[in-house]
Amino acid sequence: MSRPRSDGPDPLRPADHADSDTPHGASLDSPTQPALGVVGWLRWMWRQLTSMRTALILLLLLAIAAVPGSLVPQRSADPNGVTQYYADNPDLAPILDNLSMFDVYTSPWFSAIYILLFISLIGCVIPRTKHHAKALRARPPRTPARLARLADHIETRVPTGGSADAAARTAVELAARDLKKAGYRVERYDARGAFSVSAERGYWRETGNLVFHASLVGVLIAVGLGGGFTYTGQRVIVEGTTFVNALTDYSSFNPGRFVGEDQLTPYAVTLDDFEVSYQPPGTEAAGQAGDFAANVTVSYPDGTSQSGQVRVNHPLGVAGDSIYLLGNGYAPTITIRDADGQTVFHDAVPFLPQDSNMTSLGVVKVPDGLPEQLGMIGFLYPTMQELETGAFTSVYPDLVYPVLTLNVYAGDLGIDDGTPRSVYTLDPEGMEQLTGGETGVDSIQLFPGESAELPGGYGTITFEDESPPGAQEFEESVKRFASLSIHRDAGGPWVLLFAILATVGLLLALFIPRRRLWVKARADGDDIVLEYAGLARGEDPTLGAAVADLHRRHEAALIAALEDERASARP
Amino acid sequence: MSDELSLDSVSLLLVWTAVAIYALAFIAYAVDLARRSDAAVQAQDARAQRALAGVGARGGADTVAGGQDAPASDRQAAPRLVWARIGTSLTWLGFLFHLGATVTRGIAAERVPWSNMYEFALTGTLLIVAVYLGTLFRYDLRFLGAFMTGLVVLLLGGGTLLHVEVVPLMDPLKSIWLIIHVFVASLATAFFAIAFGLSVLQLLQARRERKVAAAARASADGATKTGPRFLATLPTADTMESLAYRFAIVGFIFWTFTLIAGSIWANDAWGRYWGFDTKEVWTFVIWVLYAGYIHARATRGWRGTRSAWLSIVGFTAVIFNFTIVNMFFNGLHAYSGLS
Ligand code: HEM
Repeated sequence: MSRPRSDGPDPLRPADHADSDTPHGASLDSPTQPALGVVGWLRWMWRQLTSMRTALILLLLLAIAAVPGSLVPQRSADPNGVTQYYADNPDLAPILDNLSMFDVYTSPWFSAIYILLFISLIGCVIPRTKHHAKALRARPPRTPARLARLADHIETRVPTGGSADAAARTAVELAARDLKKAGYRVERYDARGAFSVSAERGYWRETGNLVFHASLVGVLIAVGLGGGFTYTGQRVIVEGTTFVNALTDYSSFNPGRFVGEDQLTPYAVTLDDFEVSYQPPGTEAAGQAGDFAANVTVSYPDGTSQSGQVRVNHPLGVAGDSIYLLGNGYAPTITIRDADGQTVFHDAVPFLPQDSNMTSLGVVKVPDGLPEQLGMIGFLYPTMQELETGAFTSVYPDLVYPVLTLNVYAGDLGIDDGTPRSVYTLDPEGMEQLTGGETGVDSIQLFPGESAELPGGYGTITFEDESPPGAQEFEESVKRFASLSIHRDAGGPWVLLFAILATVGLLLALFIPRRRLWVKARADGDDIVLEYAGLARGEDPTLGAAVADLHRRHEAALIAALEDERASARP
Repeated sequence: MSDELSLDSVSLLLVWTAVAIYALAFIAYAVDLARRSDAAVQAQDARAQRALAGVGARGGADTVAGGQDAPASDRQAAPRLVWARIGTSLTWLGFLFHLGATVTRGIAAERVPWSNMYEFALTGTLLIVAVYLGTLFRYDLRFLGAFMTGLVVLLLGGGTLLHVEVVPLMDPLKSIWLIIHVFVASLATAFFAIAFGLSVLQLLQARRERKVAAAARASADGATKTGPRFLATLPTADTMESLAYRFAIVGFIFWTFTLIAGSIWANDAWGRYWGFDTKEVWTFVIWVLYAGYIHARATRGWRGTRSAWLSIVGFTAVIFNFTIVNMFFNGLHAYSGLS
């Protein structure tokens, strides 16, 4: 189907758009032959960059470039995975690292693709927006001389029995009114015995397209800028203890570029208790944990306080921050006394869960108060069972038969020189092992409430029973900890806003048909000849039906109107 | 464990019944395509005979309804396509069993039946069939029936291998977004599946049309091979393309929504809306591929065959995301229910 030249308010598209009038990409392929000069070349390159074909290629490149990040662990999402990858593939890993394969989404090549894409996008959207702003004010274009050339065209003949010229005028008036009511913008083009109305609708299609593309830019900017004002911090907190929202109180803190230290509101969070439920033994998925909830009290600097709950999927909002629950575990309370019975260590030590039955691993460090520095590597088995090999394991995550075992090391803990050491690991290098392993001395093994002698007569160690008075069994004998993550996300709401805008734009751009309709009437003897025609501007599967519909409605209305006229003309 | 039939085993029984019925539907649809081939051959013979004997001199064409020289697509409504009807009836029957299976699984689990791999397969294929059957009210897409039922037999049959007992949801899944996000993603998949089938046929049809045109130029004799015969009874490549496009854009809208809903959920569950987790990466890749497809449709030189390839690549990525990524890629989305 040949289309009329874009005389009217057609959307402006890149030259290689499938509906574009430019003959076969001529302007694209040849940098307008003779001596171009620098400006000419630049213009040509800009044309290339903002063409549909470039946008398409860049989109496909973006899709391909995103894939490696799902095949190789990424530092941002899975730093331990990267370490593991290095261990597993010592030869390959450095090569991949040079190619930024562990940081795909911040890599130069990935960035280059999306930056080019967005430059192309902006270069494409701005002129189209200008053009569309004008088109919104333009009138529908002149009725083509030969409507019959259009694919969707209906011609009928209606006898009038009176003045055909007047009837033709009436017919077009009726059509104009009908189309206007149906949401078309209409313009009359009457001339030399032929009356016509030209109607256009679907300007929202182009508006939607522009809103969609512009919102993508919005999303990108919101993500980019928002990241600068965002911070996240992690903190492990044991039941009954409190942490303050201050830099010094976090175990790790990642501020965005524009976040100042003084921006943290100094509220305090106390973990009152931590709830969890387990599928009882004998059921499907026995031992599966769920319904985690950290019950907290938040105290504000002005002295007010409020209680709240942090659950999975339900972060707690505090002073513009969101508090998330990341993990949980047991924190056995351990007391160590020297040979004289003086307490040198007393703390609830968070042990990190190692499996789904909460076998937990923790480290106790006693730097002062004993003849030598002591380090202990301990395992907590909430429900201990002895394997045939003699090794222990936990068979259920709740505290049914809790046992704590500890191996003791003496020597230099390596913390005096100020080197930061993780509280969760002990490097026994250079220390003397006193229990377990090949020492011939049994590991320390304790039930809640029990004490044992430390080797070498250093003193005693107690695994405190934290059960409240009247408690039965071991159920509450060990405290729990929650690991919380505190976030401030400045960009998030904006990203969401632009994403919603983009979706709305997309709906308009994809489902609003943009079309022109024409109704033309001319007198032919006593009859009028009516023509109905439609032209799609872009994808429009219902055009034919729309033309047929218009014809049916209009012809009926016209015949009724002519009847009326005749009736009132009769004496 | 009780001896009586648990609700979930009833569900599984219904699934197997549905798979069997879908397999029969597939056979019926395949026979339909073969019959269409016959019809096409006979039409061709009839034309040849008429050409020999002089136009209209023989009545040899009445075995083929509407066997005039009308273009293939115009003849489509004329044959009664008994086997296609049988295929559709069987698909409806299979669908009812399938629906029953899904509902009983949901009742047995006391939650929406789409929260592990087995259930994704169950509900996802149910939606594919539902969208296909719903479409039949508007367009006669029965020529896609063999593809649709074949796909469903594979996915649903394969899905039963992943069957797991009903267990309580893990905490991160206890969210309204499970209901919305996963459902809409499955719905998008259903539309993409139909678009994919149409795009494949579009490619075959385009190849046939090229060969027919070439043969017509080379000689008046229609004896050259032009690919599977049933194609002659199907709509033109152009028609296939715009149909495929219509399904793909509906799928694309749903996918866009899936992406956004997933981000909102990720923000609730993990404290960040986007982190390039493997599953997030693939959702994004698919979204970009289909955006590329839509662009290609509007790009000179890409409309037609090349854009159809993008639709095919897009759906391949969808299936890859659903199967391989779920089962073998590490990530936070560890909800396949398989260990
Ligand atoms: C981030 C990159 C981009 C994405 C995700 C994207 C996505 C889309 C989508 C989904 C559509 C279909 C909706 C509609 O018709 O409005 C579309 C249409 C369109 N895009 Fe883009 N686009 C991108 C970049 C570009 C660029 C760089 C250009 C300019 C060269 C461009 C020009 C167009 C045009 C002209 C249409 C209308 C096509 C038609 O007439 O149907 N887009 N785009």
